[in-house]
Amino acid sequence: MAQTQHPQGVFAPWDDPAEKPIIRFQSVSKHFGDFTAIDDLTLDIYSREFFALLGPSGCGKTTLMRMLAGFEAPSEGTILLDDKDIAAVPPNQRAVNMMFQSYALFPHLNVHDNIAFGLKRSSMPKTEIPARVDEMLRLTRLEKFAKRKPHQISGGQRQRVALARSLAKAPKLLLLDEPLGALDKKLRNDTQFELMDIQERTGTTFVIVTHDQEEAMTVASRIAVMDEGRIVQVDTPDRIYETPNAVYVADFIGDVNLVHGKLHNDDQGRPSVHWGEGRTPIVGSMMDPAPAGTEVHFAVRPEKINIGTERPRDVTNCVRGKILDIAYLGNISTYHVELPSGEVFKAQATNSRRIARRSFTWEDTVWLWWSDTAGIILTR
Amino acid sequence: MTKLRRFILIFVPYSWLVILFLVPFGIVLKISLSDIAIARPPYTPILDLSTGWAGFKEYLSQLDFENFVFLAEDRLYFLAYLSSLKIALISTVLTLIVGYPIAYGMAKAPNHWRPTLMMLVILPFWTSFLIRVYAWMGILSQEGFLNQFLLWTGLTSAPLTILNTDIAVYIGIVYTYLPFMILPIYATLEKLDDSLIEAAEDLGCSRLSAFWLVTAPLSKPGVIAGCFLVFIPALGEFVIPSLLGGSDTIMIGKVLWDEFFSNRDWPVASAVAIILLLLLVIPIILFQRNEQKNREANQ
Repeated sequence: MAQTQHPQGVFAPWDDPAEKPIIRFQSVSKHFGDFTAIDDLTLDIYSREFFALLGPSGCGKTTLMRMLAGFEAPSEGTILLDDKDIAAVPPNQRAVNMMFQSYALFPHLNVHDNIAFGLKRSSMPKTEIPARVDEMLRLTRLEKFAKRKPHQISGGQRQRVALARSLAKAPKLLLLDEPLGALDKKLRNDTQFELMDIQERTGTTFVIVTHDQEEAMTVASRIAVMDEGRIVQVDTPDRIYETPNAVYVADFIGDVNLVHGKLHNDDQGRPSVHWGEGRTPIVGSMMDPAPAGTEVHFAVRPEKINIGTERPRDVTNCVRGKILDIAYLGNISTYHVELPSGEVFKAQATNSRRIARRSFTWEDTVWLWWSDTAGIILTR
Repeated sequence: MTKLRRFILIFVPYSWLVILFLVPFGIVLKISLSDIAIARPPYTPILDLSTGWAGFKEYLSQLDFENFVFLAEDRLYFLAYLSSLKIALISTVLTLIVGYPIAYGMAKAPNHWRPTLMMLVILPFWTSFLIRVYAWMGILSQEGFLNQFLLWTGLTSAPLTILNTDIAVYIGIVYTYLPFMILPIYATLEKLDDSLIEAAEDLGCSRLSAFWLVTAPLSKPGVIAGCFLVFIPALGEFVIPSLLGGSDTIMIGKVLWDEFFSNRDWPVASAVAIILLLLLVIPIILFQRNEQKNREANQ
């Protein structure tokens, strides 16, 4: 997660009521014929943010980005950039640049001319352009490749040319459409940190579209999780992960165990989930209290579940089951544990001991337990 | 085994070229070095293998470059070559001007329309070329459809003379070779990634400058290929100038036909053909270079 340090402390303009957003979506909808790509969406993005739009393909995240770039106009609602409605501003007059998923580098121009392309159309004096291009080449470590054509450089270098080209005009807002999708995993990880570094150094507001939750978690200051043209949750990566507001978010980000049941509130108002006859209700934390009897889901991350051969004492949330499967990942192992009722729970444990000394294996009966605050109760 | 297979694989196409191109070319070259004769065939000498080695030497000694000297001395041929070049060049430019927007429109059309549009471009090939040229005679003549239409609308008070002028030849060539211009340009434009245009606009280009700075340079290979595919056959065109052109439309294809069939001067006609071929070799080599360059760029 990108923690841009402010002199005042943690970078969190969204918590500061005095802070003005750079972009405001106000009840924006976009229809393509019968299809609704964006459905009455309201969203604020702040200056210097690294904002991620996360969702599966077809969720509307790309449409949202194309509306910011000016390639699509909203059917309803307004988009404000610095308090000005940008609906009527064509793409070539917006202080917004985009890095395309395909990079869209001009194949007939070399790296230098690709980066200079936008500057030549701007008001920048001709004599200053080479210096700016050199600056961009340095920023993206492409000095050696200035004279090469796009087909003569590697995928990672092409990605950096695309970034340099879109940053050259020093836009207020940079849009990145699946910027790392075409790179292999190792290169992608390196490039994520490079992107964050460049974002911090240039102070540009970045909006990134991605379907890769790990990428969004790594780079973004805030993430908007989208589904079917709506935003389900906007929050910092840790809050999205720890306190999702919907089953959709919990399920989309990372791994999760879900239990369906009915809500019960005890005398102190502590919520618990009744999930079957004769089973101990599960206690969890809840963000928005709901009346007893509400249909709810209990969500708990596998790494928050402990696994052991002995029944622990003084624990409310505890179930017994049989190990069905073990996924050994080296540093951690994921245990698939089947309860007598048929549900399968996933529990993760660090392999702090050598595998030969592991105390349980397939078909063993084990206990799973987790603390009262480990899981979260969700109403939707 | 693989050696034999490779040999056959190379041998088949090359023997095709040797039998159907190189051998006829050799015959034409030989005739161009011969002299006219009132005989059958109408030239001399004729190779007679029964006379042996001495006869062959005698035969070779009778070949000369007289016909080429004659072509150089008579201004008619020089003018015919020049006028052919002019007509071919102008009609290539005209075909490009007409063809590019059509190809562009096809490439921008919705996906489900493209096969239909492609079909429409190729459709004229289903009718005989001669019939289509005759149809143009019907359209362009004094009492033709075009004049009738213009008179009916009142745009002209007297019928225009179009048939049997250079204009009719240009119309004929542009019409006939248009698909050869459209298809290669369409092929390059269709491959063009739309996001390149969007990127250009995003970086500050207007629609028009995005076209000039991105679409136009990227469609250059298609334009070059299309121009050659029109220019090369147009240079030696015979049917269109002889049917649509006037008596003052001189094209080398027509001169060649006259030498061959009216004058029955096969040696001079062959010499004309050889010079035409040499003229065409230059653009053909340039065309091949262009294709080669594209292939390398696409790798």
